[in-house]
Amino acid sequence: MELKEYGDVGMNIENYRTEGFFDEMFSGDSVPREASDLLIKRLEDLSSEEIHFRQQAAEAALYQMGITFAVYGSEAAEEKIFPFDIIPRIVDGADWRPIEDGLKQRVTALNMFIDDIYHDQRILKEKVIPPELILSCAAFRPECVGVDPPNKVWCHISGVDLIRDGKGVFHVLEDNLRSPSGVSYVLENREVLKHTFPRVFGPSKVRPVEDYPNQLLHMLEELAPPMVDEPSVAVLTPGVYNSAYFEHSFLAKQMGVRLVEGRDLITQDGFVYARTTRGFEKIDVIYRRIDDDFLDPLAFRPDSMLGVPGIMESYRQGKVALANAPGCGVADDKAVYAYVPQIIRFYLDQEPIIPNVPTYVCWDDKDRRYVLEHIEELVVKAVNESGGYGMIIGPHATASERASFVEKIKANPRNYIGQPVLSLSRAPIIAGDRIEGRHVDLRPYILFGKDIYVLPGGLTRVALKKGSLVVNSSQGGGSKDTWVVDR
Amino acid sequence: MRRAMISRVADSVYWMSRYIERAENVARFVDVNQYLTLDLQVDEELQWNPMLEVSGDRAAFEAQYGGSDQESVIRFLAFDSQNPNSILSSLRSARDNARSVREVISSEAWRQINKMYHMVRSAADSGKVFEDPHSFLDEVKEGCHQVTGVTEATMSHDEAWHFLRLGRMLERADKTSRLLDVKYFLLLPSMDYVGTPYDKIQWAAVLKSASALEMYRKTYRRIDPKQIGRFLIFDNQFPRSIRFCLEAASISLHAISGSPLSTFDNKAERRLGRLCADIDFSDIEEVSQTGMHQYLDGIQIKLNRVGDAIFETYFSLAPAIVDGALHRGDS
Repeated sequence: MELKEYGDVGMNIENYRTEGFFDEMFSGDSVPREASDLLIKRLEDLSSEEIHFRQQAAEAALYQMGITFAVYGSEAAEEKIFPFDIIPRIVDGADWRPIEDGLKQRVTALNMFIDDIYHDQRILKEKVIPPELILSCAAFRPECVGVDPPNKVWCHISGVDLIRDGKGVFHVLEDNLRSPSGVSYVLENREVLKHTFPRVFGPSKVRPVEDYPNQLLHMLEELAPPMVDEPSVAVLTPGVYNSAYFEHSFLAKQMGVRLVEGRDLITQDGFVYARTTRGFEKIDVIYRRIDDDFLDPLAFRPDSMLGVPGIMESYRQGKVALANAPGCGVADDKAVYAYVPQIIRFYLDQEPIIPNVPTYVCWDDKDRRYVLEHIEELVVKAVNESGGYGMIIGPHATASERASFVEKIKANPRNYIGQPVLSLSRAPIIAGDRIEGRHVDLRPYILFGKDIYVLPGGLTRVALKKGSLVVNSSQGGGSKDTWVVDR
Repeated sequence: MRRAMISRVADSVYWMSRYIERAENVARFVDVNQYLTLDLQVDEELQWNPMLEVSGDRAAFEAQYGGSDQESVIRFLAFDSQNPNSILSSLRSARDNARSVREVISSEAWRQINKMYHMVRSAADSGKVFEDPHSFLDEVKEGCHQVTGVTEATMSHDEAWHFLRLGRMLERADKTSRLLDVKYFLLLPSMDYVGTPYDKIQWAAVLKSASALEMYRKTYRRIDPKQIGRFLIFDNQFPRSIRFCLEAASISLHAISGSPLSTFDNKAERRLGRLCADIDFSDIEEVSQTGMHQYLDGIQIKLNRVGDAIFETYFSLAPAIVDGALHRGDS
């Protein structure tokens, strides 16, 4: 083995401890799971020097690719990559099957729910969900009532956050139906890891993720208005200062379509046109990465500088397709989330394959009382925020932080939910010259077209700080490549 | 059929390319001048002042630094982020533009620009450059050449590529004209030097600054100010002569609109075509009569007007709706 020359001893897993958590890759202290066996053996062969060398090479590759974010406040406009750990998280193909089925079931039901909310509102009339809860939802858009999006699909692209509890059971933590980001990291992480562990990757039979851009383009093209032969598709970005700009540009490039900003587009006679060097060209389908609020100053926030005046009218007339459909955010309000099991039962007459995390909706008197009494043991979240903002983790918060949340809940109960603190599963990361377990979650990506496509694996986010449960990149989290392996 | 480019994107591609060319030119000028100081026993300030004239930033420099010693000038031209024409600022602008068009340039091109920007930024923080400016400046030149090479070899020669070349060639023509102008301006008053070895060294340096010394020798062999002017303005084979750059720019401009070289589809083509014709129908004798400075000044003004016309024709975002139909803002 040519790599032996790098160092004396291999990476030692003898001291790896699961510490009572469910570990994604070890079934017990120092005992790898079957699907992870090959990789762990390889890590044992490599010296810690060599592993560090590969970690650095991977980071340098990400840096050169410019997958960076600006560190604000530093005068030199320093840039950093999103932290990345080279040990992939491995998911056994057999475990993946029910996840895939469960995700398809969930987005199918959520899509029916959105369509129902903007049409007959059967689910409200039959009192499965209290109507006031939906009509008070900030993401409910009266402008979308009666709209029929192409193929009746509202949530074309979703990223559903999954966590695994102490027993290894997957739960849905959040449905991200608006503009879930991160899929570019999945694709880039994979690219990098193939160079990092070529000799493990080959024999491991890892399901490919590279087809995602194709699937996305195909799904978007299906949305084109009838009579359009060669639809012109564009990705609409808020611009280079958006934190997900890299992803917008990455996806446009991977699909070979245009990346446009609001100022590149105008509407005329109901159609949407882009300003090009050869005059104005019609755009048929837009994958928009701009929130509803900013999409069209004539329909939503009048002060939006990012949007396209008149685009909502074009959309209502069926002259341009928008993904995801405006208004679909009504289904990823965190208070509505609590009702997803009922939503699945109501529309599909099935039991949810992937359970929810138990959730207390503060809007409900009984639940609110429970949350207020048990706030020191719960996670409390604002219903319309993401990225780890607007939340506290009761056991880790100070008494005054808890008191301030109590006031907030009392002032606006509709805006908060409570959930028990979960013991998230862990996966090994490189920590100095050894490997150690850290908490992880998983965000698979789902494309809803005429068929439903689930990207095998997804983005594994990892809380790099020992003991931390917060995986968000804005709060010190990193990412890992996720391998769904078939045996 | 190939799709037309988004105007904003074409604009960014064009400027990305201009900024790369600008950075390379600054690196080359500084490198040659630094080398020249080793031969010429003149006052340091006298040697470095012309550098500030070439880039047209002398006032800004003096306001900030005072004395034009070597280290200050290099710092100003290479790393000063307040100086919009410094190597660092140019590369930052190139990279900002490249980042906004990553979906149309090749990944290799982006990576090269990104890498180079980071290289210059970390060089700015270390002090080593002032001990060995040559290695650093060489790295910048090579890096810029690699951008050109990589776009040549990895991008379709489509509209985006033609906007890249258009930007590069117009910037290069402008820089060659400034270089020549400044050296004439500075050399002519001191006729005492004429015919001395120092005179030869200075003229050779002018050629070197345009990476032209070797190619010049192949054509004219002896260093002669008049021939140098002829070579840098009129040569039709040397890729940094003003004529060569403008012809290449003109070919790209016509490739973008699709109109034959002999016709004019828009204001930019008309203005550039006229400038090319001006050069075609004049020669170094005429330049001497007009005066080199005046002649070059005229070229720079016309180049700016070509740039304005390109903006109006292709990049301007103002929509023009005439009789309910959409038109490009052409005049």
